[in-house]
Amino acid sequence: MAVQKGERVLSRRRRLWIYLAMTGLAVFFLFPLVFMFVSSLKPDGQILSDVGGWRAFLPVGDISVDNYSGVFDRVPVGRFLLNSVIVTTVVVVAGLVVNSMAGFALSRMRWTGRGVVLGVVIATLIVPFETIAVPMVYWVTQLPTLVFENGWIAYDFGWLDTYEVQIIPFIANGFSVFLFAQYFKTIPTAIDEAARIDGAGWFTIYRRIAVPLSGPAFATVAILTFLPAWNQYLWPSMVVQDEDLRPVMVGMQYFFQENTAWGEVMAYTSMITLPVLVVFLAFQRAFVSSVAASGVKG
Amino acid sequence: MWTHSAGNPGEIAVYEQLISDFNASQTRYEVVQEDFPQGSYNEAVTTAAAARKLPCLLDMDGPVMPNWAWAGYLQPLGLPDDLVNSLLPTTVGRYKATVYSAGYWEAALAIFARKSVLDKNNIRIPTVDRPWTLDEFDAAVATLKASGYRTPLDLGAADKGEWWSYAYSPMLQSTGGDLVDRASMKTAEGALNGPDAVKFFTWFQQAFEKGWADNAGPIGNQRFIDDAVALSYTGVWNAKAALDSVGDDLLILPPVDFGKGPKIGGGSWQWGISAGCKNVDGAREYLEFSFQDKYLTAFADSQVVIPSTAAAAKASKYFSDNADLREFAVLSQKFALARPATPGYPVISSSFEKAAKDIMSGAEVKSTLDAAVRAIDADIASQNGYGF
Repeated sequence: MAVQKGERVLSRRRRLWIYLAMTGLAVFFLFPLVFMFVSSLKPDGQILSDVGGWRAFLPVGDISVDNYSGVFDRVPVGRFLLNSVIVTTVVVVAGLVVNSMAGFALSRMRWTGRGVVLGVVIATLIVPFETIAVPMVYWVTQLPTLVFENGWIAYDFGWLDTYEVQIIPFIANGFSVFLFAQYFKTIPTAIDEAARIDGAGWFTIYRRIAVPLSGPAFATVAILTFLPAWNQYLWPSMVVQDEDLRPVMVGMQYFFQENTAWGEVMAYTSMITLPVLVVFLAFQRAFVSSVAASGVKG
Repeated sequence: MWTHSAGNPGEIAVYEQLISDFNASQTRYEVVQEDFPQGSYNEAVTTAAAARKLPCLLDMDGPVMPNWAWAGYLQPLGLPDDLVNSLLPTTVGRYKATVYSAGYWEAALAIFARKSVLDKNNIRIPTVDRPWTLDEFDAAVATLKASGYRTPLDLGAADKGEWWSYAYSPMLQSTGGDLVDRASMKTAEGALNGPDAVKFFTWFQQAFEKGWADNAGPIGNQRFIDDAVALSYTGVWNAKAALDSVGDDLLILPPVDFGKGPKIGGGSWQWGISAGCKNVDGAREYLEFSFQDKYLTAFADSQVVIPSTAAAAKASKYFSDNADLREFAVLSQKFALARPATPGYPVISSSFEKAAKDIMSGAEVKSTLDAAVRAIDADIASQNGYGF
């Protein structure tokens, strides 16, 4: 009896320490976000003088929302947010469909050359985007497109200054295909066989069996696709010249003039970080579950 | 027409007025403005050039112009000689004696100080005619350090990129060195690693070792405004805020004479016409229209930069004869030296920055400069001398 009580006390103490450590870690990881939001409420001079002390994390001093109104004076932030939402949503949704189908074909269907194709898909992961950015620019300037001129549809070349140039090159993704393929492998093949006996085709098996059983994989791919799509900077800087089509990250550069408007930078980053936090919190449970299930490391 | 001015409402407002006036003044041409953020502007231009999608009119940072002219992005500017001759020399971009660009304004660097601080420490206030010698400057900084300033001098070393060449190569030139041999434009040997260059960079390194300067930041002039540093080596763009904070106590001092006379960097943003422009006459007509003094004054006063004509300076609230920031116009006229007009400048500038940062961090001076010279010369050789 005394031993059980002792174990309970020990367990309670241990749990207390664990919670304290976890709280400490949470606070540590929250510091940058707190600094960003608190600084967004301060004038530039105060941000710089507060850096290096605890005041940097506290809403003290000359607090106002002037930086937020300054952001709207400097950047068409609503337009940029809308553009990023459009681009990111289409890249994520289309990416989930295309990459899951590819992953399904590579992991569940038996066809000649499957291993080679999977190898090629995985090999694309080692090519940094920066190395192919310039050739890609050349390609997209040569691609055919339809344009509307004076009420007529005309045939032209070049995708610069469009939504599709920001979306289509990023739908197919080797890592997403690989992740789906790995996850689909965990679903017993006997289910496929049973479904085929019942007359189901591959698309039905994909849609009715594989997709419903792969929620964590879809959540993980959604998050891993969402982040780079939302954070795109280099590519739109190169291929989007029309301000009306620019995404949020390009807008960040608007604040870096001869003197950086740090308060407005913090206000702008607070505004554009919010959607990322919302998406992460929405998918957090499924994301952690999928990481645990698939062994993927970020 | 492309500008690098996105995020700069004051400058954009002047452009909008100018374009509106031009479009209303005639019916043959219509100028349409597209603004890019400065940080990604060069990438946008080079990408558009590769795709043959450059606009007729585009602005560019002065030292980049020779590279773009050599790469075939630009055509000769073709503005009337009397207009070009009325501009400050460093606001006109020449590559191999041909004018490819011209700018509405010029920037200038100076040393910001407080009169009360110099008087209290019995430090002579330098003038344009009698700037500080290096010995005087060293003594002044040492005195200020002893008076209690932990870091008396802000050289702006927290900054990065083109700032390093813009800010520190004039000091090198004032010592007798240079970024490249300007006579041939084919080598940096002797210019960037000769005895004068070694002398300057040894001083530069010691300024950090002795705690006279640091690279802690922040970028800008905040430390001077907070009186955390006594001397700040910075640009005209910070003068208005300093004036507002420090008031009559503010001194705008000429750069130090390292031995061959004071020097400051010249060549700010300028306008050019793309090689593939299909409306060259219209582009030239617009540029000619845009160089009216009233617009130059408007740009200068909205940006706090030096107008490129004397008449525009006279009308400026900051740079007219008795205005608070007139000293910058004088410094620009007397001491400005353009960066080398060679297509190899981007590599020269990045090699200079790397070497200077390494030396600041304690690297051996001569061998570091030799490495920079090798990198620059290898680039020039790989491009067959860039046509020189």
